[in-house]
Amino acid sequence: MARLLTLKDFSRESHLATARALAAVIIVGLLTLVLVGRLVHLQVLKHQHFTTLSENNRVKIVPIAPTRGLIFDRNGEILAQNLPAYGIEVIPELVEDVDALIMELRKIIEISDADEEEFLAVLARKPRFEKIPLRSRLDDYEVARFAVNRHRFPGVDIAARLARDYPHGELGVHLVGYVGRIDRRELDSIDQADYRGTSHIGKTGIEASHEDWLHGTVGYQRVETNAQGRILRVLERHDPVPGRNLYLTMDAGLQRTAKAALGDERGAIVALEPATGAVLAMVSAPGFNPNLFVHGIGVDTYRSLQRSPARPLFNRAINGQYPPGSTIKPLLGLAGLEHNVGHAHGESWCPGWFRLPGRERRYRDWKKHGHGRIGLHDAIVQSCDVYFYELALGLGIDRMHEYMSSFGFGARTGIRLGGESLGLMPSRAWKRNARSQSWYPGETVITGIGQGYMLATPLQLATATAAIATRGIRMRPRIVDRTMDPASGETEVVEPETTATISPLDFANWERIVEAMADVVHGSEGTARRISADIGYQIAGKTGTAQVVGIGQNEEYDADRLEKRFHDHGLFVAFAPVEEPQIAVAVIVENGGSGSGAAAPLARLVIDAWFDDAPSPPAPGQRTLRAASERDQPGSAGPIAPVPG
Amino acid sequence: MESRIAFAERLHLDVPLLLGVLLLSAFGLVALHSAGGQDTDLVVRQAIRLAVGFGLMFIFAQIAPRRFFAWAPMAYLVGVLLLCAVLVVGETAQGARRWLRVGTFSFQPSEFVKLTVPLMVAWFISWGDLPPRLWRVVLGGLFTLVPVVLIMRQPDLGTSLLIFASGAFVLFLAGVGWRYIMALAASGAACVPLLWHFMHDYQRQRVLTLLDPQQDPLGAGYHIIQSTIAIGSGGIYGKGWFNGTQSQLDFLPERSTDFVFAVIGEEFGLLGALVLLAVYLFIVYRGLYIAARAKYMFGKLLAGALVLTFFIYVFVNIGMVSGILPVVGLPLPLVSYGGTSMVTLMAGFGIVMSVHTHRMLLSP
Repeated sequence: MARLLTLKDFSRESHLATARALAAVIIVGLLTLVLVGRLVHLQVLKHQHFTTLSENNRVKIVPIAPTRGLIFDRNGEILAQNLPAYGIEVIPELVEDVDALIMELRKIIEISDADEEEFLAVLARKPRFEKIPLRSRLDDYEVARFAVNRHRFPGVDIAARLARDYPHGELGVHLVGYVGRIDRRELDSIDQADYRGTSHIGKTGIEASHEDWLHGTVGYQRVETNAQGRILRVLERHDPVPGRNLYLTMDAGLQRTAKAALGDERGAIVALEPATGAVLAMVSAPGFNPNLFVHGIGVDTYRSLQRSPARPLFNRAINGQYPPGSTIKPLLGLAGLEHNVGHAHGESWCPGWFRLPGRERRYRDWKKHGHGRIGLHDAIVQSCDVYFYELALGLGIDRMHEYMSSFGFGARTGIRLGGESLGLMPSRAWKRNARSQSWYPGETVITGIGQGYMLATPLQLATATAAIATRGIRMRPRIVDRTMDPASGETEVVEPETTATISPLDFANWERIVEAMADVVHGSEGTARRISADIGYQIAGKTGTAQVVGIGQNEEYDADRLEKRFHDHGLFVAFAPVEEPQIAVAVIVENGGSGSGAAAPLARLVIDAWFDDAPSPPAPGQRTLRAASERDQPGSAGPIAPVPG
Repeated sequence: MESRIAFAERLHLDVPLLLGVLLLSAFGLVALHSAGGQDTDLVVRQAIRLAVGFGLMFIFAQIAPRRFFAWAPMAYLVGVLLLCAVLVVGETAQGARRWLRVGTFSFQPSEFVKLTVPLMVAWFISWGDLPPRLWRVVLGGLFTLVPVVLIMRQPDLGTSLLIFASGAFVLFLAGVGWRYIMALAASGAACVPLLWHFMHDYQRQRVLTLLDPQQDPLGAGYHIIQSTIAIGSGGIYGKGWFNGTQSQLDFLPERSTDFVFAVIGEEFGLLGALVLLAVYLFIVYRGLYIAARAKYMFGKLLAGALVLTFFIYVFVNIGMVSGILPVVGLPLPLVSYGGTSMVTLMAGFGIVMSVHTHRMLLSP
């Protein structure tokens, strides 16, 4: 203490300390300036930047999924709808003991161990205030039981989501298609912003090909959230635009008839309205239940569907490629008439077989001892093979290719369904390119009866038949008749489109062919005469029997000795009424045997049903007449005038 | 006026300093009301703590500097012993051993040491001539470093930094030659790699995070990212009391404690922050004025070191929250919610007032 009081150089010391205090003030001031500089940098210079970041923090965009458009048949019968699917959801922060809760819930609804496991896994990941699904797809009894006991379970609630439902199950499944969960590959191809909040997407059929219309436009909410993501309030809401409802051209009643007609057979039936190309029915059998796919199909179920030899997932109507057999004879006859080939306008001799000049091989007729002297009319009516072997040879493969192509063989019909098959209409050029081989005359011969390389889908056959019915107007198959905005009720009709107009040189040729086709059913020698019993209208048709296995030179086809899968395919194409046709049908029964026995009766059932049930029979005659008058105009020169699109 | 100052002098209170601290406390309560989510209880508890702090300040202001001078060595020794005790029998919380429990009462000895180190160094330096001779500087430095090292072992980087600063400020105010200061700074810079070597992983992470907060936006960088967003989005005028989205919607962590400045920056803007800084500067300036005016070297050094340490709190906290310093757990003095450091700070202001109001007496 004494030392302190000796003020030896007190003023100097004091001065020094004061100077240091001053220096401290300066340093403090400088450091404060650093802080102020930083604040100015953050709050003035980069204010906009941080304002944006702060808004992004605060405001989240929550998508609102649009309601998927419904699908109806032409009369408004529902084919695809959205039904509420009920599930149980739990808000963890409102539940004291999750294990006890699950135990209690198990007393009233079924909760599998897998459900519980999944729930607990999600529980660990999600914030406590977010709803976590515990059980999905409750049945009505479970919903009711829970509703009664609801007061005992705070934090547990029933959640209703809309799920796609196909009330008719298998009916029209290949045409309508189904929806399923969006997979990774689809995620890359869709506009992801538009699918935020949507879990399902059309996978096949119209559900897939008309996805744009059905899906609608996503809506969104701008919400304020806190750091944990809890929504505090809605700032702004943009409602989604629901998808458009589709009214198909298909008639559910006719579809039902066609499906029932096929029964347990494998095959396909396509029915078109000739004047408009409207698809009235499109059945591929066997089918499957599309509802299986909506909630996620089990691996086993899917595998068994996929591996089934009957191939239920396969849409035979547009992807099944079959030798058309004798069903193409009317068209070849028309080609012969138009090109004035050999005996088309005269007669030929059928000894029961045909042989190329200088060759050994015999091409047999289905009628062992032959048809004898025969003209084009009877050759179609009785389906004489030898006549058409000769006609084909007279036409040559390239003219056949050209003429058949104008009826749409070997090309997609343009139906708005994904993945339509091309079929095959062979030609010299095709064989050179595809097989690097030259064309043999024998191949021309068998193409004359729709065998060999030629392949056609049931839809192609139906389209070509409809083009005969309209006397040359080939329509693009139309599956959607009109679309409707469910909000405003405003309807938009999908206009029919003409694919090609085939102009015959002589209109009488066409009538000769149609007459022959009518006698296939109504003539006493017609191959399909059995279906004409008690008929009140006129059908023009043609049977076809397509070989599945080649029969050796000296063998005979004996169905009893062959396995069912090697039996012939039965085919039948038809339109009715002969004058003013309202429906064109193609029927294929796989391994059904003959066209006359297996396929033709089914066509009769379908056509009957259409004339009995059609609520307001359209007046396609007008269309036919107009088409005929168009043909007389001088502008349409040449045999074929394809219309683009 | 005259009589009121005289009355305050008799109570050994320095009116400008008292007004500064009161203003700051009021500002703090207003900010806390918003930062705490309008939780009135929280504000009331803080107000009670402040009242206790003012009481302590008043008590310390009554104690003459010569008493502090007399107690300094013993208090220092007790402090160091307590720090040793913490390392042996202290309570562990959140990975650090900082608390000492006596019965039901627990306290942090490092808070006590925040006062005893400047006391001790000032006591020791004021025995000799100014500027101090080298051996005194070295010993003074040693008196500082012993508790600093002990506290780093807890570990508590923020407090050890403050204590180091308080000792260093005494030496600085005592007039240690600029050469020594430069040499110390240079050797300090040279020690950085060594320091890096001894740092805990989480401490290294904090430094790395400062350099690039985006490298770990959800982990270590989250605090800095959110607090700079809060301050930056506040702009010049702020979003308004209770309207800070960063603060009110929970994006800002620790918003009522260490990161309360971000709330102020967001809701009151640059203007609010400048007002707060002005209040702090005024307090520091008044403290340094008191130091300059003090008659005796001990009081001069002690008062100066205490207010400069107070400024270090401010600088490190605001620097950390605004993203120019690593995250060090230091509160914003007298504003952040929490009692421990506030009580010590208030006691420090009591000592500063004591130095000023006892200056007319003959002995320190």
